[in-house]
Amino acid sequence: MKIAVLVKQVPDTAAQIQIKPDWSGIVEEGIKYILSPYDEYAVEEAVRLKEKFEGSEVTAVTVGPERAKEVLRTCLAVGVDRAVLIHDQENSFDPYSTAELLAKKLESLNLDLVLCGKQAADDDMAYMGGAAAQKLNFPFISLVVQIEILKETGKAKIRRQIEEGEEILEVTLPCVLSAQKGLNEPRYPSLPGMMKAKKKEIEEIKPADLIPDFASLAKTRQERLQPVPPRSAGRILKGSPEEMVKELVKLLRDEEKVV
Amino acid sequence: MLVKGLGISFDLSEDHLMIQDMIRKFAEKEVAPGAAERDRSMEFPREICMKLGELGLMGVNTPVEYGGSGMDSISYAIIIEELSRACASTGVVSAVQNTLAQLPLYRFGSEDLRRKYLPDLASGKKIGAYGLTEPSSGSDAGSLQTSAVKNGDSYLLNGQKVFVTNGTAADLYIVYATVDKSKGSRGISAYVVERTFPGFKIVRKEEMLGVRASGTAQIAFENCKVPASNLIGEEGIGLRIALTTLDSGRVSIAAQAVGIAQAAYEAALKYSKERSQFGKTISNFQFIQGMLVDMITSIEAARLLVYRASYLKDKGLTFTKEASMAKYFASTMSEKVTSHALQIHGGYGYTKDYPVERFYRDARVTEIYEGTSEVQKMVIARNILGG
Repeated sequence: MKIAVLVKQVPDTAAQIQIKPDWSGIVEEGIKYILSPYDEYAVEEAVRLKEKFEGSEVTAVTVGPERAKEVLRTCLAVGVDRAVLIHDQENSFDPYSTAELLAKKLESLNLDLVLCGKQAADDDMAYMGGAAAQKLNFPFISLVVQIEILKETGKAKIRRQIEEGEEILEVTLPCVLSAQKGLNEPRYPSLPGMMKAKKKEIEEIKPADLIPDFASLAKTRQERLQPVPPRSAGRILKGSPEEMVKELVKLLRDEEKVV
Repeated sequence: MLVKGLGISFDLSEDHLMIQDMIRKFAEKEVAPGAAERDRSMEFPREICMKLGELGLMGVNTPVEYGGSGMDSISYAIIIEELSRACASTGVVSAVQNTLAQLPLYRFGSEDLRRKYLPDLASGKKIGAYGLTEPSSGSDAGSLQTSAVKNGDSYLLNGQKVFVTNGTAADLYIVYATVDKSKGSRGISAYVVERTFPGFKIVRKEEMLGVRASGTAQIAFENCKVPASNLIGEEGIGLRIALTTLDSGRVSIAAQAVGIAQAAYEAALKYSKERSQFGKTISNFQFIQGMLVDMITSIEAARLLVYRASYLKDKGLTFTKEASMAKYFASTMSEKVTSHALQIHGGYGYTKDYPVERFYRDARVTEIYEGTSEVQKMVIARNILGG
């Protein structure tokens, strides 16, 4: 099988994120970056499928800055064969052009399967799997918790989570699947795995190499990142129960206007 | 005076950071959750050892050709620190496995011995231990009494070893015995003794104040028959093997001490920001702040000493003095820092509802094993005074 995994480097979910005073982005200094947690499930599943089907190859692809190589190294350390970094500075907040780039690269890989996390842990956009599928003209299934490849029919049996139950689907390969928690238990990179990863090369591509007029492709632009206004302190009413109830009703009616 | 090769300029590489990421995640998810329970039950972390082995963490410095990971000593220090931050017992168990059990083999053992034992140790399939200390021979290791008598193509060992970390769980033991008492320390030899050799006995499991899940045991040899091929190196070089091994072992214990202290500091920092007295969190009080400042400053100083000793070792330079400095400073620091952490927790710190009392108990042994603080001072004094 030829499998690609779409990955993203995101700030550590435990990091205290601060928005820059000019609202142009987040303060990057002192932040640790990690492989987005849902992508970990996708990577693990890809490596498991590779171990199951001899002769398989897994390629991890990301769009991001230079530091995104760190997460590609992590992917290589747990058994991914090839890694591709598509450098992006210009349209970095535009998921539309990011999906264009990814799809362009994926097209060239002659894939049986594309895996990704159900959403990135930073912007929670949950966009890339569906968008890439659309551009590749592949079917897309989200929130997958089990994948069974039916080699002989060229299909896959998929279990996915829905409210109060699970849905079982059959899908024709190639397809795009987004991973939900529960798909598997990701492994830790081993020391020998890390050393092997160092020897593997990361393919680096400029957006313009994939799409010549990439710069003009963007359809969305991040205007600003705005901090949530701080919550005002609660108010504690005083007096006898009767007085407090009277005051409360007055506040709810006149100030908060909820009753 | 600054001297070239002192190991002042160094930085952590990408590899080190990646290793730290991995081991921290592993330690927090797989090691920390059971640490309090293992402390109570004294259960040896056998399953964790298997997992560590699968990740290449049980033979970090062991050469790749013998199944190890062949990594540098700073990587190793990071691993021991992070494991100890989660569970001090697991920290010392893997330190003994990595260094005390394997270094004598890959540095001094025959090719056959290396091929026979190292792959299983480095993969965590077998557990190794180290028997040097005896009931009446501790700091004065040269005075050990366990005897080895050559008898055809084997040796017969007789004697006792105490405080053998991993002792209850080990499959094989690096054992020091004297072939000729009249030669004193030059009569000491080192052997690999398998648990299944006739005449080998586990006498008892030690019940200790801290590192209670480390499987520390007293073992005995009663005409224990050891194949002559299990002699490490040659007769009479045992003390040299022991001291060489301990130089590295001491750096691991220093790393362990740093890990325990780091855990205690983090717990105290968190608690100080949650606990309110006199209408504000206790982190507002200067006496508490002063303790926190002393804690983190001395932790970072100790960590640098650990890295320096590791760096010198990787450069192939002598690091005996620096290893002793790291161990002496880090263990003393750890005892103080864990005590401060307990103090910051007040009465709650003295109970088992919080982990700091365990950190305090665990830290204490770092001032004792693999050379007491007094022995470290002797080593350092000998180095600075000569003779």
